[in-house]
Amino acid sequence: MTDDGPLLEVSGIVKRFTGVLALDRVSVRLAPGEVHALVGENGAGKSTLIKVITGVHRPDEGEVRLAGLRAEFASPLEAQRAGIQAVHQEIGLVPSMSVGRNLLLGREPRRRFGLIDVRRMEREAARTLESYGIGVDVRRPLRSLGVGAQQMIALARAVSVDARVVVMDEPTSSLESREVETLFKVIGRLRAQGISVIYVSHRLDELYRICDGVTVLRDGRVVHQGPLAELDRLRLVSLMLGRPVSDVRAQGVTKFSGAHDTADEAPVVEASGLTRRHMLDDVSVAIRPGEVVGLGGLLGAGRTETAKAIAGALPLDGGRVTVAGVPLRRGSAAAIKAGVALLPEDRKAEGIIPTLSVRENIALAALPRLSRGGVVSDARIDRIVETFMKRLRIKASGPHQRVAELSGGNQQKVLIARWLATEPRILLLDEPTRGIDVGAKAEVQALIDELAEAGLGVLLISSDLEELVEGSDRVVVLKDGAVVGELTGSELTEEGVMTTIASHSRAEDDGG
Amino acid sequence: MTSEQAAMGTTVTAPQGTPPGAGRERVFGLVQRHGAAAVLVLLLVTGSLAFERFPTGDNLGNIAITSSFLATVALGMTFVIITGGIDLSVGSVFALGGVLAAYGVRWGSLAALLLPLAVCGAIGLLQGLLIARVRLAPFIVTLAGLLGARGLLLSISDEGARTYLIPHASLLARIGQGSVLGVGYPVYLTLVLFLAGAVLLQRTRFGQSVYAIGGGQDAAALMGVPVTRTKVTVYVMSGLLAGFAGALNAARLSSGVTILGTGMELDVIAAVVIGGTLLTGGAGSVSGTIAGVLLLGVIQNLINQIGDLSSSYQQVVSGAFLAVVVVVQTYLSRVQRLR
Repeated sequence: MTDDGPLLEVSGIVKRFTGVLALDRVSVRLAPGEVHALVGENGAGKSTLIKVITGVHRPDEGEVRLAGLRAEFASPLEAQRAGIQAVHQEIGLVPSMSVGRNLLLGREPRRRFGLIDVRRMEREAARTLESYGIGVDVRRPLRSLGVGAQQMIALARAVSVDARVVVMDEPTSSLESREVETLFKVIGRLRAQGISVIYVSHRLDELYRICDGVTVLRDGRVVHQGPLAELDRLRLVSLMLGRPVSDVRAQGVTKFSGAHDTADEAPVVEASGLTRRHMLDDVSVAIRPGEVVGLGGLLGAGRTETAKAIAGALPLDGGRVTVAGVPLRRGSAAAIKAGVALLPEDRKAEGIIPTLSVRENIALAALPRLSRGGVVSDARIDRIVETFMKRLRIKASGPHQRVAELSGGNQQKVLIARWLATEPRILLLDEPTRGIDVGAKAEVQALIDELAEAGLGVLLISSDLEELVEGSDRVVVLKDGAVVGELTGSELTEEGVMTTIASHSRAEDDGG
Repeated sequence: MTSEQAAMGTTVTAPQGTPPGAGRERVFGLVQRHGAAAVLVLLLVTGSLAFERFPTGDNLGNIAITSSFLATVALGMTFVIITGGIDLSVGSVFALGGVLAAYGVRWGSLAALLLPLAVCGAIGLLQGLLIARVRLAPFIVTLAGLLGARGLLLSISDEGARTYLIPHASLLARIGQGSVLGVGYPVYLTLVLFLAGAVLLQRTRFGQSVYAIGGGQDAAALMGVPVTRTKVTVYVMSGLLAGFAGALNAARLSSGVTILGTGMELDVIAAVVIGGTLLTGGAGSVSGTIAGVLLLGVIQNLINQIGDLSSSYQQVVSGAFLAVVVVVQTYLSRVQRLR
């Protein structure tokens, strides 16, 4: 793979953050047109390596060479000028600006006097997007598009500049399968043009479909490097986790145990006729104690909205929610008080407070419970925080570490701990394992199981069908904001969910 | 109990790529951008019908000239606020610009213009560097600038005791006081500045950078926007424009009045926000700002027309109007976010 000399060569990179070794002599070589998988658990050093390559961080030791020339980037801008483009997991675009202006920001077509030629810009933007299978009005604000479309636009932006190396950090985490296909086509095109791709993903299927080489990182060190085809899946997972193959085989990929037996108990939460214009259409869901109810459906089917409605975080046009038979008043404060806890999809924007410590983040929602007469008891907080950090195996240097410094999986655990500290009766989990690595994923899944066993009602939203099917006792399938089916027992298979989604077209529904 | 039989087929789903509410979003956008202009037209029409002394050339010209100084300062503020910043120093800098112009006129009219521009530009530069490079909060930095500029002004004018005069014969005074077609030169100058400002904001990469920084500074940096340079530039612009407006105002008054500009920054911010620029940054327009400034001017003028109403009510009305605008803006952005 290095016949023509590598296009990108990273060698002996060392990077420390306040004494912690994030990267320890990491070297990676990319041939022109190579799609290279970068894998590892969260906290393994993938993000740091990417940031070194894209000019966000400067390495303490080691060097980056681009087409044989030594490259030292003082800023992302310099890296971009040299041809290294990045597509980040969090979309690096400006939501308030139009699609077209986002796409061409910094390289707008100009006329005399340096004035931007708006019409040509819009034409060019529309043409570029069309070639990536995106047909949207380029004058609309980016914010008004779905996450998947935004991600595709970020990608289009990155590769439509003169890119030589494109770094993709979890590019598919918010894409629909159709969009993933488009992405793969684009990657195929890049490969043909001799552009190299560094591809970071937790989805093994994708890696095996499109990647040539692989680098496995663990604890800041390279633990394996070579062609991906020569590495079987089980071995890859065991390398990432640092556990023997036999272990992985025994425990499987998801960590769910069997079904929970709850059929005859009264529901702890009952949502009926939830309706909101353009979003939800008469959605009803009931959850019994100790039961995990899955919500299936495509992006935009109303899953997140259903969870938000139950948690009182979405104003409704109609419908009601009862908790243990008592109707819930409006607003999320009432819902929290009644024991409804929502773990939102976008944990950065809606949940975690990155500047606060692990301890403060966990204690936040439970503060009313932990105080007497408005005075908070430090000792009680310490006790609760310690309990949950241990029980959820939160990896942090201590309760006072800032949450921003934790890996995605551990941030998610902190959020779960926050809600568990309020002693909820029902937990609504919206994509609890999105963007976290295999190891942490398994732990979160095991945790969900454990919680249900302890008598909590759980509503699970997941785009990962395997997770949804194995984790849920029952799956309610949504489409276009309405319930189109419910699967239990032997019908509850990945195929069953897909068939239900596929077989209910609007036209049929009108009849029934 | 289960909901398989739930009624279906009543939701209206927009076709792919056009999520529901796109039309509504357009309406919201229009209200956001042109709400101030619409209310301004409404006020002008009702004012003309209610008071016969309102729609005269003299009166309208008067509104225009008194608004032009505020407008020039607000132009700079618009850029600052769109980047997500704030400039509290403009009132003091405005006054300082006036005093410096009157002080410098002894070396000629050109010096009388260049001196305030140099000093006020330097104040803007210093503030911009502290904000963009040292990453201090704009609120604090420009609050310090407010105090500092006022102190500088007092030191030049013997604690405010000395008022420098601008001779009527000087070119500077003629620029400030002359008029064409019954409209003062400063009004034309302001219009030219706004035209240039609109082009700068909408049609240049610099303008796009200003929007991008306000819409998401981290994302903008990742996209290669020169964040530091752009932010420094907007504070320099704000300083320059405030100083220039102060100099022009002094020329019109024939003297560098030391007590001007106190609290002016708040009027300026109010005008910009009423004009549809979001205090959180990322959205706004120069044309909105001009509508906002004129709206405040017209409200004041109309209240003066109502003879027996104290002019103090002008501030009550302006304040109430500002509150309404902010409520509407917040509502609009909340609705947009919820979708």
